[in-house]
Order: sequence, then C-alpha cells, then structure tokens
Amino acid sequence: MRPRVSFGIRVIVLLIVLFAAAALLAPWISPHDPLRQSLLLRLKPPGSATASAGLFPLGTDDLGRDLLSRILYGARASFIVAILSVSVSLVVGTLLGLAAGWFRGWTATLIMRFVDAMLSVPAILLAVLTVAVIGPSFVTLVLVLGLTRWPRYTRVAYAATLQVAGLPFIAAAEMAGADSARILLRHILPNIAGPLLVVATSEFGLMILFEAGLSFLGLGIQPPAPSWGSIMSAGRQYVERAWWLTVFPGLGLFTLVVCVNVMGDWLRDRLDPRSAGR
Amino acid sequence: MTPALAVHDLRLLIGGAAVVDGVGFAVAPGEVMALVGESGCGKSLTAHAIMRLLPDAVRQDRGYVALDGDNLSVLSERQMRLVRGRRMSMIFQEPQAALDPLSTVGAQVAEGTGSPLRQARAAVLAMLDEVGIADPARRIDQYPFELSGGMCQRVMIASALIARPAVLIADEPTTALDVTIQAQILDLLRRLAIERGTAIVLITHDMGVVADIADRVAVMYAGRIAETGDTAAIFARPRHPYTALLLAALPRRTDVPRSRLAVIEGRVPAPSEFPTGCRFAGRCPLADARCRAETPLLREVARGHLSACWHAEAVR
Repeated sequence: MRPRVSFGIRVIVLLIVLFAAAALLAPWISPHDPLRQSLLLRLKPPGSATASAGLFPLGTDDLGRDLLSRILYGARASFIVAILSVSVSLVVGTLLGLAAGWFRGWTATLIMRFVDAMLSVPAILLAVLTVAVIGPSFVTLVLVLGLTRWPRYTRVAYAATLQVAGLPFIAAAEMAGADSARILLRHILPNIAGPLLVVATSEFGLMILFEAGLSFLGLGIQPPAPSWGSIMSAGRQYVERAWWLTVFPGLGLFTLVVCVNVMGDWLRDRLDPRSAGR
Repeated sequence: MTPALAVHDLRLLIGGAAVVDGVGFAVAPGEVMALVGESGCGKSLTAHAIMRLLPDAVRQDRGYVALDGDNLSVLSERQMRLVRGRRMSMIFQEPQAALDPLSTVGAQVAEGTGSPLRQARAAVLAMLDEVGIADPARRIDQYPFELSGGMCQRVMIASALIARPAVLIADEPTTALDVTIQAQILDLLRRLAIERGTAIVLITHDMGVVADIADRVAVMYAGRIAETGDTAAIFARPRHPYTALLLAALPRRTDVPRSRLAVIEGRVPAPSEFPTGCRFAGRCPLADARCRAETPLLREVARGHLSACWHAEAVR
C-alpha cells in the first residue's frame, strides 16, 4: 500500500526541507552576524575573503553585511511569517466554512456573500492599504496577511462540508446524540482536511511571495532585520555593480515558491480523487 | 405495563399533503415490532419523527412520541440530544456508509458511552463480543474499510446499544447485506431484544424479514397504517386487502417454475394526489363507492388485530 513517490517529488521535498532547515538553524549555521556592518567590506563580490573577517561566500551588501547570513535569516522570516499567516487564515477560513456548510440558511448566505466581497478586492491591495494605515510591524504583517487570505479556505470548507454533511455517517452521529460542535470537529473536519491542506500548501507559497513583496515595498519586515524582499529592495540600486544582492535572494525566493507549488499540485493529485485523472 | 415506545396519532406534512397520517403504535420492552410498507409509504419519516430529526421540509402538526412513558415532544433540543443514542438509538441501511471512514471501530462504539475510548475500552470490547464480532481486540483498532458489510452492521449495532437504550430503531438494517449475513443480523437483533429487553422497531419492505423476527407488525400504505397485529395472526389471516396482496406476492417454493410473479396492479399515489376515502381504493379489488368517499379507521377485527378496511371481514 506504500504510495509511489516519483524522483522529482523527492527532490522537491528535499529542497523544501533544506530551506526549512536553513531557516530553523540560521543562528547556528550563519557564518557572520547578519546585522554587523563594516564600511571597509562594502559590496564585496561572492567568494571574497579577508584575513580579519573571514570568507563571504555570497559577498556583502552596501553596508558590508554578509549576504549569506542575511539570506539565511531572511528565510527564517519568510517561514515564520508564512506559517503564522497561513495558520491564521486556515483557522478563520475553515471555521467560517464549516459553520456556513453546517448551518446553511442565512448563516451561510451572510458568510458566503462576505467571502464574495473579500474575493472581489485584491488581497495585496488590501494588505498594502491596511499596513500603510496601521503602520508596519511583524504582528501587523502576520495579521494582515492572515485576515485577507481566508476566503479561499471558506469556499473549499463550505463546499466540502455541504458534501460530507449529506453522508449517512453524519446522520448516524446525529441519531447517536452528538451535538453540532462534536459532529463538525470530530466527524466533518477530518473528512474535509485533504482539500484544505491542498489550499494551505498553495497559500503557503503565496504568503512567502506576499511577505517578500510587502518587505520590498518597505511595508513588511523592517530594516535592519533581514528579509528577502528588503534585501532585494536595497540591492536594486546597485544592480549594475553588485548583481549578487538581487540575484541570490531572488533565486532563493523563486526556488522555494516553485517547490512549494509543485508539492501543492502533487498533494492535490493525491488527495483529491476527482483531479487524479489517470 | 408502560410500553417502551408509544407513538400517538402522528401526522407529518410536506407542503399541504399528509405524508404520514394518524400513525400510532406501541412497542413493549423486548418486543420486535415491524413497520412494513413500500418505498415512500412514510415508514422512514415515522422513524425520523420518533428521533425528532425530521428533514427541514417536513412538519409535524399532530401527535407525540412517548419513551418509557415520557412525552418527548416537551423536551428541549438539548435534552433531546441526551435521549438520542442513550435512551433511543437508530441503525441504518448501508452500514459501511454509516460509519465515519476516518474513525476507528472502537472510537465510534465508545461515542455511545460518552467517554473516550481509553476509559471505555473494556466496555467496548465486551460490547463488540456481544454483537458477535470475532477477535474484538484486533477489530477495535481497525477502520471501517477493513471490515465487511455484515461486520460494519454489527459495529453499528454495538455502538447503538452500548448505552443500553430502551428502544432501537432499525431502518432497513439488512437491505444492503446478502442473504446469509441478513439472517445472522436478524438473529442477532432478535437475541439482543430478548437478552437486553430492548424494544426494536424494525423498518422494512420485506415480508420475509417480518416473518423471521417480528412479534408484531404494522403494515403501512401511503402514510397510514392499513393493518396491525401479531405477525402470526396477520400471516395466517390478513384482514386488509393490501396485506393479503403483499403476502400473495411473496414468491414461494411451490410456485410453478417460470410462471408470472404475482403483482399488485397500479402504483402508490403521490402525496399530492392522495384520494379522499381509503388511499388504497384505486388498486383494491374490493373497493366500492363507500371506500372512495369515507376514510376507514382502524378497528379491531380480532383480539389485538386491527384493520383499516370497510371490508375487513371479506378479505381472503
């Protein structure tokens, strides 16, 4: 019964694990302090080494900070923001979708029309506006991303709940005296977890992009704390003299998001029998 | 003696049509009462009304249900939830679909006890053993997909009975099972009714099943009870033309091979087209002008044997 996992997927998962490990272990594997500046070491190309400070594998930025260390810490920021904001939106969206699908009637109308309204406003625009008004901070970033991206979960949870709620084992649970909360959490939630997991995976990639995008605009992680978005934003001015400042964080962002998305597609094929198509 | 379950003059409406009309019966502890009828005659709706879980479109405008003498219609929804699964349980057709695919056998049976499987494990094992599941210690941690249909129905029965309810409603419990398993499940229900004193309401369309296990039977037609009484008496001498035709339609070993099966001509009228008078009149060989004008009420034609037919005495 062991599922066959292709070589490509193994590589993708390995890459994601490497990124996650780098993010988790950043404080221990970084060669330098990501915040330590040095005017003498400004814009050193990758591979530069000095007798006093040691090797800079990916070079340094305009303030003489080690780029590799900043990218490792930046990965940490990306993962933390993505995990927290995906969790917020997953919980909010799923609860609303469960409620709409179970109680139906006006509850569902209210929730689902609100979802439609939310989906008609571009999430990134909403996020930019909110951060610009409240002022950027780590908590704001997580909440804004989490609270603008829940409607997709609600739609999926709603449709799946409607479907599962009509199955005989739910009627049986009702006949056995289970209350709504018990039926929703014990019997419906586990049975709709598959499609929600697929949405969460693709949202994870998007959240990493949003975090980078907002940080690039100066609305996310605030300097001097490292984030891929802000590193690229700062490196933009030096793109002709110091290509490594934009290329390496960009490459990291690109690789990670592609990996997450491919894994999301693979999960969807495995968990959603309708899209299996083989 | 107070009956375990008594249904009084139940009437259920969909739109303006009375899909269940004046249905009433009582079941004593340890007794098996069969509710028989064709699809759409209202027997499943009656069961749902007893559990007070009717679909949104159905409205109950008359009648009440008493459990051990307690009128259930005065209970709040919260109190009613404590009745379901504890004092009154229900099992269904298609046992495999009635079990949560992502929950183990043990967890689902334990739900009836109200405590988690860790604490209820011994009771669950004993219950699984009582419903005839071999090797309960292994089965308890398995998932429904690892079990056969008959075994799933045994698990359903275990989960329905573990809280020792006074009443078990079995809605076509053997329809989806093959014939040998069907007989085993019926034997099991019969045995549990006697051993535990559980009153069983068995809903079925199969006269063969009725003959196998029911002490008493109520035959329903188009939302009304046509005839009710002891199984033996009704099979020996039906007093309603519908029952008589149903029994005549049972295939017998003595039938001439390749001869045509007996059928009841016509079909059950749709609720919107229920006629005045007797609802069976359109298909009845005995129907006359009175049948089409006046509704026959249930009346006693022999001791404990009631028939809703103007011509009960003439039925052959």
